[in-house]
Amino acid sequence: MNITKNFTQLENFGHSLNAPAYLLTVNIPEEIHAAFDLAKKMGITVTARGAGRSYNDAALNGGGIVLDMCGMNAITRWDKSTGLITAQSGATLEQIWQKVEPDGWWPPVVSGTMKTTLGGCLSANIHGKNNFKMGPFGEHVIEFDVILPTGAELTCSPNKNGDLFHSIISGLGMLGIITSVTLQMKRMYSGLLSVDAFPVKNLHEHLSALQDGAPNYDYIVGWLDGLAGGSSLGRGQIHATRYLHEGEDPNPCETMKIEKQTLPPYIFGVFPKSMLHYFMAPFMNNLGVWGVNTAKYIASLRKHTFRQSHAAFHFLLDYVPGWEFSYGKTGLIQYQSFLPKESAESAWTEILRLSHKLSLPAYLGVTKRHRPDNFLLTHAVDGFSLAMDFKVTNNNRARLGKMLQEFDKIVLQAGGRFYFAKNSETSAETAQAFYGEETIEKFKKLKNRCDPNGLLESDLYRRIFG
Amino acid sequence: MPDSNKNQDKPAPATPLNPRQRGIIVGASGGIGAALSRKLAREGFSLALVDRNKTALQSLCDEINKNAGETRALIYEHDITKYDSIPDTLRRVIADLGGVDTLVYIAGVIHFPALDEFNFPEDYKMVQVNLLGAMAWMSAIAPLFQNAKSGQIVGVSSVAGDRGRIGNPGYNASKAGLTNYLEGLRNRLTRHGVNVLTVKPGMVKTDMLKLPGAPKPVLAVEPEQIADLIWDGMKKRKQTIYVAGIWKWIMLVIRHIPSFVFRRLNF
Ligand SMILES: Cc1cc2nc3c(=O)[nH]c(=O)nc-3n(C[C@H](O)[C@H](O)[C@H](O)COP(=O)(O)OP(=O)(O)OC[C@H]3O[C@@H](n4cnc5c(N)ncnc54)[C@H](O)[C@@H]3O)c2cc1C
Ligand SMILES: NC(=O)c1ccc[n+]([C@@H]2O[C@H](COP(=O)([O-])OP(=O)(O)OC[C@H]3O[C@@H](n4cnc5c(N)ncnc54)[C@H](OP(=O)(O)O)[C@@H]3O)[C@@H](O)[C@H]2O)c1
Repeated sequence: MNITKNFTQLENFGHSLNAPAYLLTVNIPEEIHAAFDLAKKMGITVTARGAGRSYNDAALNGGGIVLDMCGMNAITRWDKSTGLITAQSGATLEQIWQKVEPDGWWPPVVSGTMKTTLGGCLSANIHGKNNFKMGPFGEHVIEFDVILPTGAELTCSPNKNGDLFHSIISGLGMLGIITSVTLQMKRMYSGLLSVDAFPVKNLHEHLSALQDGAPNYDYIVGWLDGLAGGSSLGRGQIHATRYLHEGEDPNPCETMKIEKQTLPPYIFGVFPKSMLHYFMAPFMNNLGVWGVNTAKYIASLRKHTFRQSHAAFHFLLDYVPGWEFSYGKTGLIQYQSFLPKESAESAWTEILRLSHKLSLPAYLGVTKRHRPDNFLLTHAVDGFSLAMDFKVTNNNRARLGKMLQEFDKIVLQAGGRFYFAKNSETSAETAQAFYGEETIEKFKKLKNRCDPNGLLESDLYRRIFG
Repeated sequence: MPDSNKNQDKPAPATPLNPRQRGIIVGASGGIGAALSRKLAREGFSLALVDRNKTALQSLCDEINKNAGETRALIYEHDITKYDSIPDTLRRVIADLGGVDTLVYIAGVIHFPALDEFNFPEDYKMVQVNLLGAMAWMSAIAPLFQNAKSGQIVGVSSVAGDRGRIGNPGYNASKAGLTNYLEGLRNRLTRHGVNVLTVKPGMVKTDMLKLPGAPKPVLAVEPEQIADLIWDGMKKRKQTIYVAGIWKWIMLVIRHIPSFVFRRLNF
């Protein structure tokens, strides 16, 4: 087979990294076996790729084979009485929620974009704004089918091949290729959520609000103003959100219609939202973001409660298609650290101060409340996470890189963890330090068992395990 | 397996804050090749050094990696005239580098014949390395760049390809062929976002000029200077450069010497 014509330039989600590879489309599971055979023959490696929503090198494999899983995306079973859904791994969360919502269900865990695929959600073991309550995506997986590089086809569930279940979920696509997933959905009594929005004046108030608020809500998330310093360091706004109880929404059938969830393609009725990112671009500098953030903070000072559709609450970013292009040609990166609740405040104070000192502030900061889980390569802690978006420019690369190394040290010192759907610079030493020797050993044993010839490798794998 | 050295440490993978251009240099251990390899390594490239002389490759590679303090270069022992092995070697190289952005073809051979010498075996060798090898490497990589809609091909031809001269018809023909091939490639690939750069050196102080029968150096410059100029042309995505620049004007004159005069000249 001549795969020269499949050679394609692929990027991370942030458009800040490229890696050309032989991109093969997978429509049926047999094509996965064929790809492994081909890779073996050619002496190169394979990586699965879902929607390519990872901010880093997780779905890249420069010079190797990348399998585009998006074509294998059928929803094969939906039982509206039990809320069990089975779909192929290329199906997106968008497909899933649009299938189940009209019947009164919702995915128990979703990412901040609905474009992600089930394969990507399992491999990163994504978390939602309800991680403190519902745990990661993997806790709602009943079972999944996987093809190992050895050619073996397995079904994994908590009781069957349990060790593989708990390591392929969170395994960053490095143990096998997931083909089909069965998930438990969550019952809803309305298409709307009730959101309490209120400001927090500084980091201490911010983290206390997350911690104290979490038990009383279904979701909690904070926006953190990365530019505010001094006594306002860590200020922002909290959105604490709950499901409506049965009966609270007089007409759930109406609010659960798909068209009630999605926003119109035009803003103010005339302005196509697909063009919005062009108008954001001029603000993507320290001064512009300072202005936008300050205005946003002042607007948030009014404490208020409102109702919002599930999709609008979860997938706000999807309503500005291509927003990542507003960061310009050299793109963006995201740095997300997870810290125990005891050490979070001091570590992030240090991190935010350092970013101000170096004039490299985060243009977007998002906080969440988490709890640990028992998947092998877990990123969760009993504490909080802070995701920071940084604009990359030809001028700031080296300085930004140095700063993130300092961040890594601070996070490690504070007993924190990193998330490999996001972090693009974290080194092998740092990764192995936070995973711990025992976890690494376990993972390597499993890797040997599932993939004795080392066929499954991504750029991320080579970065942190290579 | 292709002629690679499997046990080499690979360069660190690129990250958004530590991006790497990835380059292949065919003919890396020669005079200009080594100078350009050092230059590109200093500019942060990950490099595949391809040549037939393993000892020379190894010492160049060690030097580059030592100066960088990390792996920047990998070596591939390869005889260009083994055309059939090129696609496999290329695939291996691209996997090792984690992609490819640039191919530089710089290998070349020359034989300086006496004015009354007609030497087909030597002419054949020159066409084999200077032209056919370039075509083999470039036609292996061109479809990849074309599909990826990015990339740069650099071909080191020569001012000697601009005219057929009394001194070396075989060499002139091999370089004229290369210049012409590069032009055609450029016309095919530019529309796909791929740049093709033709480099025409004048005289360069390398081993080539120490071969028997070599002419006295005129305006000869150090290979390091040529390397800087090539890098400059690559950065600016130029189409054709004469190096050093003075040769642009010299060749402008020489290209316009009418044939009836040229026939009577002795160079
Ligand atoms: C705007 C935005 C918001 C986000 N919000 C969140 C959030 O709130 N919470 C969160 O946890 N994450 C979030 N993410 C990250 C995102 O959820 C993860 O990166 C996710 O893995 C992306 O899924 P994908 O289908 O795009 O996978 P890709 O990015 O294509 O791949 C991710 C990984 O999964 C592997 N993979 C993909 N398919 C398969 C398969 N079939 N079998 C085996 N391995 C496979 C790949 O090899 C790779 O390692 C967000 C990303 C964006 C862009
Ligand atoms: N020097 C000049 O004045 C001058 C002027 C104009 C153009 N050029 C061109 O510039 C290029 C570089 O020249 P240079 O001066 O640097 O010459 P050089 O030092 O002789 O370098 C040429 C390189 O090509 C390699 N090579 C030759 N045949 C090969 C084969 N079959 N397989 C693999 N490698 C092979 C040589 O390897 P070995 O060492 O093993 O032979 C050598 O490393 C050439 O294309 C030349 O024509 C040079």
